[in-house]
Amino acid sequence: MNAISQGTTTVLQVSDLRVELAGQVDVLSGVSFSLQAGEILGLVGESGSGKTTLATALLAHARRGARIVGGQVQIAGHGLLSLEGEALRRARGSLIGYVAQDPATALNPALRIGNLLRETLAVHPLQLNKAAQAQRIIDTLHDVGLPHDAEFLRRFPHQLSGGQQQRVMLALAFVLRPRLIVLDEPTTALDVTTQAHILATLRRLCKSQGVAAVYVSHDLAVIKDLVDRVMVMYAGRIVETATRDALFARPAHPYTRGLLAAIPDVAGRRELLAIGGHAPAPGQRPAGCSFGPRCERFRPACAQAEPLLQATATGHEVACLSPHDQPLQRVALTPIAAVATRTEAALLEIDGLNVAYDRQVLFDVSLKLHAGECLALVGESGSGKTSLARAVAGLGENAEGQLRYAGQPLPLQARQREAGLRHQIQYIFQNPYRALNPRHTVYQTLSAPLEHFFGVTGQAARQRVEAVLARVSLPASVAQLYPHSLSGGERQRVAIARALLCEPKLLICDEITSALDVSVQASILELLRQLQRDGLTLLFVTHDLGVVRAIADRVLVLKVGRVVEQGAVDSVLDQPQAAYTRTLLEHSPTLA
Amino acid sequence: MSKIDYWRWLAEPQTRQGALITLLVVALALFGPLLAPHGSTDMVGPVYGAPVGGGLLGYDFLGHDVLSRLLSGGLSVLWMSVAAASIALAVGSSLGLLAGLSRRRLDQLITWLADVSLAFPDLILVLLIVSMLGRAPWLIVLTVAIAFIPGVIRLARASAVSVAGQEFVEAAQMMGYSRRRILFKEILPNILTPLLVHFGNMLTWGVGMLSGLSFLGYGVAPPTADWGLMINENQAGLLVQPWAVLAPAVLIGVFAYGTNILAEGIGRSSARMGEKQP
Repeated sequence: MNAISQGTTTVLQVSDLRVELAGQVDVLSGVSFSLQAGEILGLVGESGSGKTTLATALLAHARRGARIVGGQVQIAGHGLLSLEGEALRRARGSLIGYVAQDPATALNPALRIGNLLRETLAVHPLQLNKAAQAQRIIDTLHDVGLPHDAEFLRRFPHQLSGGQQQRVMLALAFVLRPRLIVLDEPTTALDVTTQAHILATLRRLCKSQGVAAVYVSHDLAVIKDLVDRVMVMYAGRIVETATRDALFARPAHPYTRGLLAAIPDVAGRRELLAIGGHAPAPGQRPAGCSFGPRCERFRPACAQAEPLLQATATGHEVACLSPHDQPLQRVALTPIAAVATRTEAALLEIDGLNVAYDRQVLFDVSLKLHAGECLALVGESGSGKTSLARAVAGLGENAEGQLRYAGQPLPLQARQREAGLRHQIQYIFQNPYRALNPRHTVYQTLSAPLEHFFGVTGQAARQRVEAVLARVSLPASVAQLYPHSLSGGERQRVAIARALLCEPKLLICDEITSALDVSVQASILELLRQLQRDGLTLLFVTHDLGVVRAIADRVLVLKVGRVVEQGAVDSVLDQPQAAYTRTLLEHSPTLA
Repeated sequence: MSKIDYWRWLAEPQTRQGALITLLVVALALFGPLLAPHGSTDMVGPVYGAPVGGGLLGYDFLGHDVLSRLLSGGLSVLWMSVAAASIALAVGSSLGLLAGLSRRRLDQLITWLADVSLAFPDLILVLLIVSMLGRAPWLIVLTVAIAFIPGVIRLARASAVSVAGQEFVEAAQMMGYSRRRILFKEILPNILTPLLVHFGNMLTWGVGMLSGLSFLGYGVAPPTADWGLMINENQAGLLVQPWAVLAPAVLIGVFAYGTNILAEGIGRSSARMGEKQP
C-alpha cells in the first residue's frame, strides 16, 4: 500500500505518463495525478484532447497504432504497466473496472444478464463458492438499482432499456469490487432523467464502497454534481486541476473559462461564446503553450516554452503563464431579444398528425410555426420528435394528417411535392459523419442542389458555393476536400451550407449539435441565430433544454407522441406547467 | 472515385505485386503471338517430342510447338474472362443497387431470382447452355457472365443496403434527385471497392471456368490454341511430355494468383482508408 495521508488511501498514482503514435508523435505527455479511495475525478476535454487515451492507458491499454512509452500507473500499490499477459488480465477487472460509452454495443447480445455477471466472476480467482457467487450478484444488482430476481437474470441485453443496460455495465464493473473504476462518457447515449439517476447511483456506490472513479466527459455541466475534483485536458496535456467548487467558482485556465462560456445553460439565456480556431492534432502542436494560438491572453512568452502545471494560491494546479485569478463573472443573463416578430400568418401548420410504425409514435399532433421564429421540439428518446421533423421534411413513412405550408396543403411525401416547394424546406441531420457522401468533394456535394433546383452550373455555381462557404465561416479551400478530412463541426457547416444553397424558408435541424463538442456547438448555434436574423424559420429538434434556452423562441414539449406543453421559451422553462416538463428541467445538468 | 484512391491502392505492396504479375501475364498473352517462333497450328516436331534445341517446351500430341501454342493461346481465355466478368459486374451491380434501394417487391423479386440461380451449380448451368446452343465465343462469355451475375447481385445489394440507410442518401431523396442519379452517383461510388475486389475474383474464376470448359471439350474449338484446350488435348501424354500440360496450367495459375492478390490488396487498402473515418 502507498502513502497514507489523513486516514485516506491513495488508490491511483499516475506519474509522467506518455502515449505515442508511430514516429514519436505524442498523444499524451507528462500526465501525473493521484486519486484517493472514494474520490471521483472528472476528466474533461473536447474530442482529440487525449482524454479517452488517458482513460484506457489507466488500464494499460492503448488503441491500435498507439503505444504507452513511459511513466507509471500504480493502482493500490501494483504497477500496472509492468504487468503482462495473465497478470494484467487479472488486474483488469479486479483492480480496475471499465464502463464503456455505449452499453448497447459493449454488452454481448448473445449472453443473458446472469451469465454475463457469472462469467465475469468466474474468470477472476475470487475463491467464491456457488452460493457466495449468487449472493454477490444479487447484492451488486441491488446496489446499482436493478431487479435481481431469476427472471431478470435470464433476460438478454436487448430486452433492457438503455438506462438498465448502463446499470448492467456498472454492475459488471462493481461485481468484482475493484479499487478504481474508469467510466468513458457512460451517459451520453441516455436521456437526462436516466442520466441523472445513473450519476446519483454511481456517486452513492463510490462513496459507500470507497471506490475511486475517473469519469471522462466532454461536458462540464454533466459532471458538476458528480465529481469531487476536475482535471481539464487540452491537446494531450493537463491544463488545470482543481476541486470541483474551486474550478467552477474561479476557473484559472483560459481554456477552462472558454469551455464554461460555451455551454448553454438551461437556467438562463445568455450569449454563447465559442472558442475560435481548432485544437491542434497530435504532431502539429505549436511551440510553447498548445492553447496559445486560440488564447486571448496570449503573450510572446507563451510561444517560448510549454507552461508547466503549477499550484496557485487559490488551490488550483494550472499550466498557464497568466492564469485568471478572479472568480468567474457569471455573464449577466442578458436576454437576447426574441428574433421573431410575431406575424399572424403561419408558415407551417400541422394538424392531426399521426405516425405509426409497428407502434404509434405520434398521436394527433398539431402545431403552428410562424415565419421567422425558431420553434424547439423537445423530448426524450421515444417521444416522437424526430418522427415529427421527418414528416415535415417529407421523409416520414406511415404518416397521416394535414400539413399546410404558406397556406397551401403540403403533401406528406417529398416525392409528391413540387420542386419549387421542395427546395424551401430543408433538413439537417443529426450525424454530420453520415450526412455527406464520403466519395464526393465538398464542391460536388454543394453544387449538386444548385444544378438540380436552379440549373446553375460552371462559374456561377462556383461563385455561389464560395459565397455560401463564407456564410458558414469556412474557407473557400474546403471545396476541394473530401468529408473525411473535415472535423465534425466543419462537416455540419457543410451540411448547413448545402441546405442554404437550396434557398430555404424553413430549416429543420434534427439534434444537429448533439454529436459536436461544446465549443463547436456554440459556434453552430451562433450561426443558426444569424441565419434566423436573415429571415429563416427554424424547427429545432433537441433533447437538451440548455440548447433550447440558447436558441429557441418557442418550445414544444413532446412526451411519448403527445404534446404536453408549449409556449414561449422563457415562460415554459421558468414556470413549467406540465409535471413532465418539471421533471426534465429538474434533471437537466446546469452550471448555475 | 478520385485519383487519390488509386495512389493509395498502389501504396499497398500487395497491390503492386498483383498488378505486376497480372500485367506480365496479360502482356504475354497480348504480344505472345508476335514472338512465337512457329504458327500455332504448324506441325513442326515429333508427337510428344521432348524439349530439345529449338522447341524449348517440346511438342504436343500433334507435333505442334508447345511454346508457340502457349504464346498464342492466352488471348482467348483472357479476353473471354475479362468480358464475362465485366458483363457480370455491370448487370449484377445495377440489379443489386436497384434491389438495395427499393427494398420492396422489386427487391424480393431480384433477390429471389438470384437465390434460385445460385442454387444451380455454375459449371452445370454453363455446360447446359453451351451444349444446347453451341459454342460460339460470345455465347460462352454470356453464359459465364450469367453464372456470375447472382453473386454480384447479392454483394451489390448487401453493400447498397448499408449505404442506403445513411443520411446523405435520405438528403438526396429529400432534394428530389432522380432514382438513377441516387443509384449511380450517390450510392455506387461508395460500394465500388467491394465490387472491384469481387471483379478481381471473377477474373480468376472466369479463367478457371473457361479453361475447365475447354478441358471438357465445350470451350474454344480445336485446332485454335487455348490454354485450357491445351491441357485437355495433351493429357494423354502427361507422363511422356509433361510440359505440354504443365506450362499452360502454370500460366493459368499465375494469372489467377496475380488477379487474386491484386483484388486482396485493393480490399486491404480501402479497409484501411475506412478506418480513418469515424
